[in-house]
Amino acid sequence: MDSLQIANRSFHSRLMVGTGKYASFVQMRDALAASETEIVTVAVRRVNLDHVEESLLDYIDTERYLLLPNTAGCHTAEEAVRTARLARAAGLSNWVKLEVIPEDGTLLPDPIATLEAAAILVKEGFVVLPYTTDDHIVAGRLVELGCATVMPYGSAIGTGQGLPNPDRLHRIMDTVNGRVPVVVDAGIGAPSDAALAMELGADAVLVNTAIAKAQNPVQMARAMALGVTAGRSAYLAGRIARTPVARPSSPQTGLIGTSL
Amino acid sequence: MQVRVNGQILQFPDYTRVSNLLTFLHLQPEGVAVERNRVVLEREQFAQVVLTEGDELEVVRFVGGG
Repeated sequence: MDSLQIANRSFHSRLMVGTGKYASFVQMRDALAASETEIVTVAVRRVNLDHVEESLLDYIDTERYLLLPNTAGCHTAEEAVRTARLARAAGLSNWVKLEVIPEDGTLLPDPIATLEAAAILVKEGFVVLPYTTDDHIVAGRLVELGCATVMPYGSAIGTGQGLPNPDRLHRIMDTVNGRVPVVVDAGIGAPSDAALAMELGADAVLVNTAIAKAQNPVQMARAMALGVTAGRSAYLAGRIARTPVARPSSPQTGLIGTSL
Repeated sequence: MQVRVNGQILQFPDYTRVSNLLTFLHLQPEGVAVERNRVVLEREQFAQVVLTEGDELEVVRFVGGG
């Protein structure tokens, strides 16, 4: 059985799905089901003191999905650590998707602050899944610190630009060398991007915007699942090498009208 | 007694506990987390911890995110 192993848990699905940006909680619930994901990300925010809100958790079956709280919105290591501690107290596990992103509008991670926060959280017993740059040195350091995965971006969050730098991701996979899963997070715009990430050897992908903002999020969730499965199968099957020389697929002998 | 909850100043009677605060805000203890003066409380502490003048509280829950 080809399963994804993260920390002490094993998963059938290699697609993680975010819960942001859906038109409604019902649409989100149906998209999660269609994606067949087993890991869903959530954010941590202040409760509204002025009126009672519907709870996201009423639409997420926590028997079926592992909740992975993120530290999105945190600009410093200190804020991320605080948010992770709150998430652990609010939730059902000690897993956290660590994000430390400076307030510069790029949504690209701060790798130095991410390393600082990861060191603290690993010491405190968290299972840390850090969102990181596509830099292999940073990825290697995160593994050495004891992170449970590394999650490099394909491209910036919400851009749907796919994987413009597959060589960088390859380098990360070489550096990580199977010690922890590599999860391509952010930038995936279509199932072909998800499939490419998996073909390159990623262990999983995380998708939010490309599903939530599709014309039909439920259908796109299913399509993403198929893309991930196809890409994984292709990776295991081993694709052919690229060559500049054309080679016919049909026999060159036995053609009609030729002299012997 | 004045405390600050999620940046907002609120008045409560003396001896208000965290669990009373959540009831006042119509919140179920499941699914929320509370930080008091930068220390995260365990859910089991909600019924025990008594608020004091000037406490800074953060009350959070999960929302959609990626």
